[in-house]
Amino acid sequence: MHDAIHVDYDTMIPNNVGLSEDRKVLKALEKWHPGYIDWWKGLGPDGFQEALVYLRTAVSVDPKGWAKFDYVKMPEYRWGILLAPQEEERKVPFGEYKGEAAWQEVPGEHRAMLRRLIVIQGDTEPASVEQQRHLGATAPSLYDMRNLFQVNVEEGRHLWAMVYLLQKYFGRDGREESEELLQRHSGDPDKPRMLGAFNEATPDWLSFFMFTFFTDRDGKMQLESLAQSGFDPLSRTCRFMLTEEAHHMFVGETGVGRTIQRTCDAMNEAGIDDPYDINRVRDLGVIDLPTLQKKANMHYTLSLDLFGSEVSTNAANAFNAGLKGRFHESRIEDDHQLTKDTYPVVKRVNGHIEMVDTPALSALNMRLRDDYARDCEKGVGRWNKIIEKTGVDFQLKLPHTAFHRGIGEFAQSEASPDGDILSADEWAARKDDWLPSKADGDFIASLMEQVTTPGKYAGWIAPPKVGIDNKPGDFEYVKIDPS
Amino acid sequence: MRIDFQTSPETYRHWKIDIDGEVASLVMDVDEKGGLFEGYELKLNSYDLGVDIELNDAIQRLRFEHPEVKAVIMRSGNDRTFCAGANIRMLAGATHAHKVNFCKFTNETRNSIEDASEHSGQKYICLVRGTAAGGGYELALATDHIILSDDSSSSVALPEVPLLAVLPGTGGLTRVTDKRKVRRDLADVFCTIEEGIRGKRAVDWRLVDEAVPNSKIEEVTAQRAREFAAASDRPGDGPGVSLTPLERTFGEAHVKYSTVTLEIDRATGVATVSIAGPDDGAPASADDMLAQGAAFWPLRAARELDDAILHLRANEPEVAVLVMKTQGAPDAVLAYDAFLEANADHWLGREILHYWKRVLKRVDLTSRTLVAIIEPGSCFAGTLAELAFAADRSYMLIGGFEQDNRPEAALQLNGHNFGRYPMSNGLSRLETRFLGEPESIGAAQARSGEPLDAETADELGLVTFAFDDIDWEDEVRIFLEERASFSPDGLTGMEANLRFAGPETMETKIFGRLTAWQNWIFQRPNAVGEDGALRRYGTGRKPDYNRTRV
Repeated sequence: MHDAIHVDYDTMIPNNVGLSEDRKVLKALEKWHPGYIDWWKGLGPDGFQEALVYLRTAVSVDPKGWAKFDYVKMPEYRWGILLAPQEEERKVPFGEYKGEAAWQEVPGEHRAMLRRLIVIQGDTEPASVEQQRHLGATAPSLYDMRNLFQVNVEEGRHLWAMVYLLQKYFGRDGREESEELLQRHSGDPDKPRMLGAFNEATPDWLSFFMFTFFTDRDGKMQLESLAQSGFDPLSRTCRFMLTEEAHHMFVGETGVGRTIQRTCDAMNEAGIDDPYDINRVRDLGVIDLPTLQKKANMHYTLSLDLFGSEVSTNAANAFNAGLKGRFHESRIEDDHQLTKDTYPVVKRVNGHIEMVDTPALSALNMRLRDDYARDCEKGVGRWNKIIEKTGVDFQLKLPHTAFHRGIGEFAQSEASPDGDILSADEWAARKDDWLPSKADGDFIASLMEQVTTPGKYAGWIAPPKVGIDNKPGDFEYVKIDPS
Repeated sequence: MRIDFQTSPETYRHWKIDIDGEVASLVMDVDEKGGLFEGYELKLNSYDLGVDIELNDAIQRLRFEHPEVKAVIMRSGNDRTFCAGANIRMLAGATHAHKVNFCKFTNETRNSIEDASEHSGQKYICLVRGTAAGGGYELALATDHIILSDDSSSSVALPEVPLLAVLPGTGGLTRVTDKRKVRRDLADVFCTIEEGIRGKRAVDWRLVDEAVPNSKIEEVTAQRAREFAAASDRPGDGPGVSLTPLERTFGEAHVKYSTVTLEIDRATGVATVSIAGPDDGAPASADDMLAQGAAFWPLRAARELDDAILHLRANEPEVAVLVMKTQGAPDAVLAYDAFLEANADHWLGREILHYWKRVLKRVDLTSRTLVAIIEPGSCFAGTLAELAFAADRSYMLIGGFEQDNRPEAALQLNGHNFGRYPMSNGLSRLETRFLGEPESIGAAQARSGEPLDAETADELGLVTFAFDDIDWEDEVRIFLEERASFSPDGLTGMEANLRFAGPETMETKIFGRLTAWQNWIFQRPNAVGEDGALRRYGTGRKPDYNRTRV
């Protein structure tokens, strides 16, 4: 018997699912492996495949002490298949089959829906690696570079996690979908990634931090709801992925936080009180707070689109079928079936925005998005604390959900960040006040410079308070040219 | 609310026609908020009757207003969705009668695409980016050539059975097996995969003609359009004929057009459509016909009759019997027929003849009792005589009424009755009528051009009954009263069975199976019951099926 906690490194693919005894799936994964490595070398971090990176690798799925740190060349990273330990006698926690034994095999009736959920989740994982592949060249420090690569290899592992499910449980279709996950590429007009935000460019480090804060947080919410799944292997996979995902959000929140810190400190040093005195602030070589607000506006709203339409048949079906639950499903006090409940959904009614009670089952996307918005609010609150401590008079604020939307109730209309519905002309006139303009992007790009001296940081960002794995400030997180 | 089948491009909400020389683009970009009824939004380029009325209008205008257009590219205005098919919430909320009428009209529209391709040299190419599901794929199936984006997410699908417990309602199953000749077992797989088939496999299974990467898809589509255009026999020069708004007035119990009148007696459930023959001579030349444009009598009468039939179907559901009458000089009708026959190779002449063919098919497919009343002063000649042969029964008066100095009733045949206007079974109405006595066709043909009085017509088997004025009034009255007393459902089924004798074609299969299977399923609790798939769609709750196989 395999050990369900510790990772088996005997096979080419580290795992805690007994792959060495599951020849069929092992063979399929070994066949997929070279294509994955080619993908990583071709579309993974550009120019750093030979570098030694101080990375954590999962050695166990025990939440206490699951990872070890060491220098690794990224293509040699031990990507593996790691599922959280199986709970004894787990039940389907919600939906029509609530209380029945959780499925260890795919129920035929739900096979297509389940495959689709896994493919969509799987498609996002390699997409962000592709989006971020050029960022190493402008890393503001070795610390940040290492964090970028850590995020990248773990997104790669999350792809493995989804591919394992596809290959183990979905036969020929699953193998084909696994191939397609390597064929679609972010921003490729011929084979784009499935979701819009994953085809946007990540041109600079501020975008990267915003992306990991806002867009990876969508990933977290999706994983949280899939972790509730009555299909037990999916639940276990997602539960373990969540332990890794926390670091990604940490990178985003502290990255933006450190940017804010540096801007406010520089303003204070220069005696600038007015955060809107943008040119003077920019002359200090830091990113002014209004531009940070614009970046947040953009990344937040692109991420809101990832939740799909507020009212969704697919989400309702997936919940009712016991495949995808709600955020913290087990902590919610209701019948977990929702056949009689309602949930308020934002609607545009005669040019006004109103909340309309809607059958709760069909409003699950809206609900998950609300949970997401609350989660984002907390992080923004912590950013504002940083600003407040420096004495600068400015507050970051999340825009209204009607603002700058491409999907859902407000896809066809324009609104201000305060939620006032605007005409197309009004929108065109004000758009650049709220979203980063080309000039804003050019300015941010002008600050991006690679800093590779251990312990040194680019001028636009403050150093972190503590190092990774408690390493000292001048630790060499990446040995760029180890030979 | 009256459903109006007249529209024009300036008022479209869902479609756009772009003309670029020989190639037109027909762009579907459905306005979510533009549903014909309350209670649903037309998301993901889904359609309702209102969307299809515009499509029908667009196809018709491309034929008449754009003789220069030889290829039409049908595409979506939305890169992520081609078309999600008929709107499910609309279907779930619609009455049975509306669903049936909706499906019938949308089928007629798709058939008119194939008709344009086969007979007008206007070839249709479909560019599918994103999902073409259900009715969306059926739209594509009606075209000559389907190009699918090979972007590893665009797909074609017929998800009706797994998703909604109904059938594809616009010929999807028949076109998959009979037009595209997809192997039956693969078709079975295809029709049960909710998310459909993508890329190369869609090509291998013959569901689409080619799968092309996005970076080349515009170029390939334009190239195919040029190839189809080059093979077309359309004239290539203008001008077209502008389909100007119909002259019509609606009253409480009538609709009056310039040459057609529809009168409705709601108490008896009898409607009468009267067509006035032309009151002038046929034009001297094709140029004259072009100059008359939409006022040219055969075109005008066809448009008016078409609209009257559609109005009756959609807005007068309780009319049981449609009485068809004509008034005018038979010679004048025949003169126009002869003119069209002489100009059958002129693009406009050809269009008008094919339009009459389609209008007559629409009459055949109208689920009301059709009866032709052939009285003194009528002009059931040539094209208009087809109405008598489309009818379930025809009554012809022998002699005249007292103190009526109109000319005695006569039926007059010409070449148009012998193959110009095939029914959906591929046969002329007379061939269908005389399936068991082909010699009767010859006998009738031998009398072509002669005015046939009631007794002769009766002898030739061209009318059901011939009565003199002593019996006439009672016989006609009793027939109408009897008809109104029968079950409308029984009559619909019986008439549809009897009208289409002879061989099956793709069209008869599509309509026959729609009527037999889809309309049956549309009545069954598994689809439309409280716990059925259509009603539960979107709620997230699984439909609860009665497991008995019928």
